[in-house]
Amino acid sequence: MTANTPDDARLLAACLLGPEGPELSCEECFDVLDAYVERELAAADPDAALPAMRAHLAGCSACREDHDSLLALLRNGFGA
Amino acid sequence: MALRPAAVAAALAFLDGARFSWIMATETPGAGVAAGLAVSSDLVSRAWVARLRHSGAEREAAAAELHGLLLRTARFEIERRRATFSHLYGADLEDLAWQSADDALMSILRRLSDFRGDSRFTTWACKFAILEAGVKVRRHAWRGREIPLAPAFWPVVADAGPGPQQHAEARDLLWALREEVERLTVRQREVFVAIALNDVPIDVLAERLDTTRGALYKTLHDARRKLRTALAARGLGIDLGEQP
Ligand SMILES: [Zn+2]
Repeated sequence: MTANTPDDARLLAACLLGPEGPELSCEECFDVLDAYVERELAAADPDAALPAMRAHLAGCSACREDHDSLLALLRNGFGA
Repeated sequence: MALRPAAVAAALAFLDGARFSWIMATETPGAGVAAGLAVSSDLVSRAWVARLRHSGAEREAAAAELHGLLLRTARFEIERRRATFSHLYGADLEDLAWQSADDALMSILRRLSDFRGDSRFTTWACKFAILEAGVKVRRHAWRGREIPLAPAFWPVVADAGPGPQQHAEARDLLWALREEVERLTVRQREVFVAIALNDVPIDVLAERLDTTRGALYKTLHDARRKLRTALAARGLGIDLGEQP
C-alpha cells in the first residue's frame, strides 16, 4: 500500500481510523437495518432519523456488506 | 426476551433435519400479535406474524414458505460474495445456503416478538438470511487460513511524491500512526491490525478469538478513537473536509 501524495496519506489514515463522531454498534445497526433500507428505497432520508447509522456503515465493512446486500435484494424484487 | 418453547422446539426439529416436519405449537392462535406490532405494520406483515404464531398446519405452511424466501435470499447473498471468494464451489455454496436459511429461520422464530413493524416482515426476515449467509461465506472462505494479527506491511509514501515538504508531511503522518498503533493495548493492536490494516473479515476474527462481531467492533472503535486523539495531540489531524 503506497500513498503518492499527502492527500493520499490522509485519506489512507482516515480509512484506517474510521468515522469520527458517534456511531451505532453492530447490534444496533442490525436492529434498524430493515427500516433503514426501506427508507432508502422510498427515497426518504434515512440519515435524518438515524445519523449514527451512516457512520457505522462507513466504519464497519461487515455491516456495510449486509446493508448493501439487503438493498440490492429488495431492488431485485425479492422479499415482496 | 423469554423464549417461546413451542417455537424453539419447532426450529430445533427443523434443524435436526426433519425439514418441514414440525412439532405443533399448542398456544392460542394469534396470542400477543397485537402487542408485538407497531401501528404502521402492514396487513401482509401482520398476517405473516399471525400465521407463524398459529398452531398446526397453518404454522407449518408459513414456516415452509418463509424458509423458501430465506433460502432464495441466502443464495442471492452467496452469489454476491462469490466474486470475492472465487475458490468457493457449487456444492459447498448450496450447503451454506441451506444452513443459512435454517439458522435464519431459527433466529426469526426465536425473535418473532422483536418484530415491531418498522419495515415489512419479509424485509425484516431477509436481513437474518443475509447475515447468516454473509458470515458463513466469509468463515468458509477463510477456513484453514492463518489470521495475520501483526502488520504484514505498513503503508508508505511513494518516493516520487510532489514537493519535499509535502512528502515529509505524508511520511510523518503515516509514521506517527504506526508509532501510535504500537502504543495500543495488545488486544486493540491485534484487532486494529487484523481488521483495518490486513482486511480480515470481522466475523472470521470473531470466530477465531471466540467473541462476537459487536465486541470486536467495540474494540476496534476504541482503538481508532485512541489513535485519532493521539494524532491530534501531535498536531496531525486527518480532517478530510477539503477532500474531493
Ligand atoms: Zn458493524
